[in-house]
Amino acid sequence: MTPLSVATRTAVRKPSALPGFLPTFAFTIFYLSAIVLIPLAALAIRPWSLGLDGFIKAVTTPRVLAALELSFGAAAIAAIINTVFGLIVAWVLVRYRFPFKRLIDALVDLPFALPTAVAGIALATLYSQKGWVGAPLSELGLKIAYTPLGVVVALTFIGLPFVVRTLQPVLSDLGLEAEEAAATLGATRFQTFRRVVLPALVPALLTGAALAFARAVGEYGSVIFIAGNLPMVSEIAPLLIVIKLEQFDYAGAAAVGLVMLSASFLILLMLNALQAFVLARR
Amino acid sequence: MFQPRNAIEDPRIVRVGAVAIAALFVALNLVLPLVVVFSEALSSGVHAALAALKNPDAWSAIRLTLIVAAIAVPSNMIFGLAASWAITKFDFWGKSFLLTLIDIPFSVSPVVSGLIYVLMFGMQGWLGPWLRAHDIRIIFALPGIVLATMFVTFPFVARELIPLMSDQGRDEEEAAVSLGASGLAIFWRVTLPNIRWGLLYGVLLCNARAMGEFGAVSVVSGHIRGLTNTMPLHVEVLYNDFQYVGAFAVASLLALLALITLLVKSFLEWRYADEIAATHRH
Repeated sequence: MTPLSVATRTAVRKPSALPGFLPTFAFTIFYLSAIVLIPLAALAIRPWSLGLDGFIKAVTTPRVLAALELSFGAAAIAAIINTVFGLIVAWVLVRYRFPFKRLIDALVDLPFALPTAVAGIALATLYSQKGWVGAPLSELGLKIAYTPLGVVVALTFIGLPFVVRTLQPVLSDLGLEAEEAAATLGATRFQTFRRVVLPALVPALLTGAALAFARAVGEYGSVIFIAGNLPMVSEIAPLLIVIKLEQFDYAGAAAVGLVMLSASFLILLMLNALQAFVLARR
Repeated sequence: MFQPRNAIEDPRIVRVGAVAIAALFVALNLVLPLVVVFSEALSSGVHAALAALKNPDAWSAIRLTLIVAAIAVPSNMIFGLAASWAITKFDFWGKSFLLTLIDIPFSVSPVVSGLIYVLMFGMQGWLGPWLRAHDIRIIFALPGIVLATMFVTFPFVARELIPLMSDQGRDEEEAAVSLGASGLAIFWRVTLPNIRWGLLYGVLLCNARAMGEFGAVSVVSGHIRGLTNTMPLHVEVLYNDFQYVGAFAVASLLALLALITLLVKSFLEWRYADEIAATHRH
């Protein structure tokens, strides 16, 4: 521990020459509480009006379990697909020079910028039986739209930038010296990649995958149009919350919401632990 | 021309193959959905698309989206400025915890983001009975839509400014204060010129999300045509009514917004790389 951080801990606030701490800090806390913390507290408290048994019953009905399984399962598959292709995209963007590189680099952010409903109807059209991609695939007997596969397609669309944008800075900071050393020691290019480059990228790959996964678990807009939303088959957990709300089952909706919120906090926590672990190893 | 092969250069076939895979994945996964939006909008000609945009319901959706963004984005901008001033110009206990709290909305499902306000202000919510007794409508009305939008776009400006201002340090502000400048004068004449491009960058991303948000807004809006439908919600209503040309016409406006956002974002990253947060440099 550095002397500075010890000093920070001894006082609530270190004296500073600059003005404006109180108003900006007070406004930050007020706005944060009003917009984020108090409403989230409402979510944390509401499901318990059902009692513990009622809460457990509400989140373990077959329909809820099927929805949670689909949301988490499809998100995991999409995260894996994005980790593989995200690594390739990040690699070529950092290491190679080729035409339209800047364009592809900019396009990677499209899922961040494109409203999810727009992505949703576009993907549903594209992968429907009459769509540009769906038609040839259905000739081969593969149905994507209105099946769980459609959910994976949509979640793959929204997850790519998380992996690429996490990997890019790590890849550019990766010195070439280690790779050169491996090459002079007689390693083939593939051996160098597998034993020198890849291990250095593992933390970033895991972080990118976790970010893509966390986003995909809660995703709604890009999924509901392509999923078909059949209960027990292609109905995602966020949609189930919407359906419960429409039936004025506030407590049931809050129960599913709380499970999803806890899951995303758990992922966040694991991410922080991972980053702390990696930093500690350096 | 003869070029010596670098020891750490990948074989040509690997380079060409990786670029081809990356380009194909980006084309199929990102470009094709974008192209479908415009091609479907124009599938019955330009006039049909324009007619769909001139529809009164479409107009009121565009108006509502602009109103919501005009309230939510400046609010989050002021919060972002206040929070980053308090956090980067002073040292106080619990700072990293505060940073974690500010990040929360990014890891919450959009549907849950809407749900929490229904639990607060809905008919059976915490304040529901009181609001009804005083004839105040929040859910299924403008305030709810604005609140849900504020929640999902909450961290954008703060997340952009905090790393930037923390990189820039406090020296210039401290110099200004020693020369007798007032707090506001320091902010306007020292800090703001240093962070203006980073601020613009954060506001740009915040605005894109605010105008395109679907899940959170859909939970609190009630889908009342001509009254509480934002543009993304109007897209959903038209699409579910099988009015595909209309749905894609409105969607292509949103897609244009996304493309402009990406263009300005890429420009800022290229031209002012040193004046926006370090995390975006690559």
